[in-house]
Amino acid sequence: MAKTKFLVSRYNAARDTKPYLQEFKLEIPQGATLLDCINLIKWTQDGTLTYRMSCRSAICGSCSMKVNGHARLACKTQAAEAVIDGAITIEPMGNSPLIRDLVVDLEPFFDSIDRVKPFLVPDDSKQWKRETLQSHDDYRKIEDASTCIMCASCWSDCNVLGVDPRFLGPAALAKAQRFVYDSRDNETRDRIEFLSRTTGMWDCTHCAECATRCPTDAKPLFRIKELRTAAMTYKITDNNGARHVLAFRESVGGFLPGVGGGGLLNENYVPIRSVGFFNLDGILSLIPVGIRMIIRGKNPPILPHIIDKIGEVRAMFRRFNDYRKEYRK
Amino acid sequence: MKYALYTGCVAKGAGRELMAATVYAAERLGIQIKEMKDASCCGAGAIQEDNPLLADALNARTFALAEEQGLDIMTICGTCQGVMRTAQVKMEHNPAHKERVNAALKRDTGREYQGKVKVKHFYQIVEEDYGLENVAKRVTRKLAGLKVAPFYGCYVLRPHEYSDTKVPDRPDYLEKLIAAVGATPIDYAEKQKCCGFPILMPNKANALQLAGNAMIGALKAGADVIVTPCPLCHLNMDSYQPEVEELLDRKINMPVLHYPQLIALALGANLEELKMNTHVVLPNEKLLEIVNR
Repeated sequence: MAKTKFLVSRYNAARDTKPYLQEFKLEIPQGATLLDCINLIKWTQDGTLTYRMSCRSAICGSCSMKVNGHARLACKTQAAEAVIDGAITIEPMGNSPLIRDLVVDLEPFFDSIDRVKPFLVPDDSKQWKRETLQSHDDYRKIEDASTCIMCASCWSDCNVLGVDPRFLGPAALAKAQRFVYDSRDNETRDRIEFLSRTTGMWDCTHCAECATRCPTDAKPLFRIKELRTAAMTYKITDNNGARHVLAFRESVGGFLPGVGGGGLLNENYVPIRSVGFFNLDGILSLIPVGIRMIIRGKNPPILPHIIDKIGEVRAMFRRFNDYRKEYRK
Repeated sequence: MKYALYTGCVAKGAGRELMAATVYAAERLGIQIKEMKDASCCGAGAIQEDNPLLADALNARTFALAEEQGLDIMTICGTCQGVMRTAQVKMEHNPAHKERVNAALKRDTGREYQGKVKVKHFYQIVEEDYGLENVAKRVTRKLAGLKVAPFYGCYVLRPHEYSDTKVPDRPDYLEKLIAAVGATPIDYAEKQKCCGFPILMPNKANALQLAGNAMIGALKAGADVIVTPCPLCHLNMDSYQPEVEELLDRKINMPVLHYPQLIALALGANLEELKMNTHVVLPNEKLLEIVNR
């Protein structure tokens, strides 16, 4: 069997000014995971190769690294399936300070988790005499988020963290969903209000890297969307992100449920509604792009477009609250 | 070859040039399209967050309308494509959910989604159903010398479970189309990243920075223009480009073409026919040179 090229990122602060790729060659044993191969390289070719690992069973979350540019657990990746044109490129996780070779500083990641109060806050006014039971349905609401193994794969590939390290990040937001939706927690509203601030749930750009790289069912993007659903349900909407969602509801479905909606998005209405009707700075900030688009004739038509058979869509929006009640995940 | 054209909101609003190019390209390629004038907004992920069942029912209604015509759906917006496929896959994987959606849909509109309709973006149709070689045969204006940076947009690629794009971590649909029309595809690190448009309202600085990173990446790799299958990516990179330039304190001047505009150019369309004069970033010297050849 031909040997595979392993292009592994190396960095030693005492010696190197920046990381570089070192080439190793290895025959991939049948059924070997990527972690098995990296271990073989360390044991037989270069003992200084540095990386994190522990359980080898995709449960400890230690061995996340970038494989061909995307974060994965090395122990959950079949090496043979990762080969592209005879090679596998292995680099440290992104959005984290590099310590050595494939090891990054995870402090910023764990700090983000701490910021969302990752523990249950029960109602202290009650005298608890026994454990608090949950119904199966209630547990199902937090089950997916509970599977997070803190591997930071989502953090590594998050597009927003790439431009703004203050963003709470996908793992922390998924962890927050687990408590916002927990039937035993007593701080739901406070949590949603905290998460609605800048750097929170509305700063996620839906790039879906987190949901794609997550090796468990935690899939942060979907948990973030559930957080936003909670914000809309609790009517915590005094921010641009939530108002943007209201702009969709109102221009597509109607200002009152089913009254006046056009079926399509009114792109003139959305920006003004999103920044807030009485937010002078926000409205002023929209003027340059508005003028540019008017000059080019790119501005949306002043009269909103109304689709054929709009009555059907309005009928659906009239039952807005029924749809919410009928929803089962 | 006939499809029900799902325009989405942007092609009827701030991206009407996308509609013009779609009609032009489809006509010349011989792909028949029938506009779905009765279809609603797909929700763009926002109505999904507000009211998940209602959002799925809106999309099921769109699917039912196409099924009633016996046509598969062609989308021309990457976001619509991703959102609609997500609704479809959710119902495919969870029959109980499909039943709930259909019960509500039937109650409110009398319609029912069977689960038969296919939802495909124009760029999938061109490659998978129509054939790039057939596009190449119809090219009347070789775009030789034009360096085109593909920009996919998130929704056609991720999450993988809702994407029909083959090998979504290493897509080559746009690159192959660019080559088929005689232009040169440019490779750069940001081509699969987010343009930032969804957070333009909640966090404008981050949104513009993401758009800027993508355009600078393309620029550094030598691109003359960017092409994207998503009009929302187009809006953030085109209409907000002056603000991106201000934020990054550098000139970019990068025209951002809609996917069908690139095809239409190769099929002989002039810039007026494609309404390229409505872009905020007008065709640059290189593009004008190619078009005026």
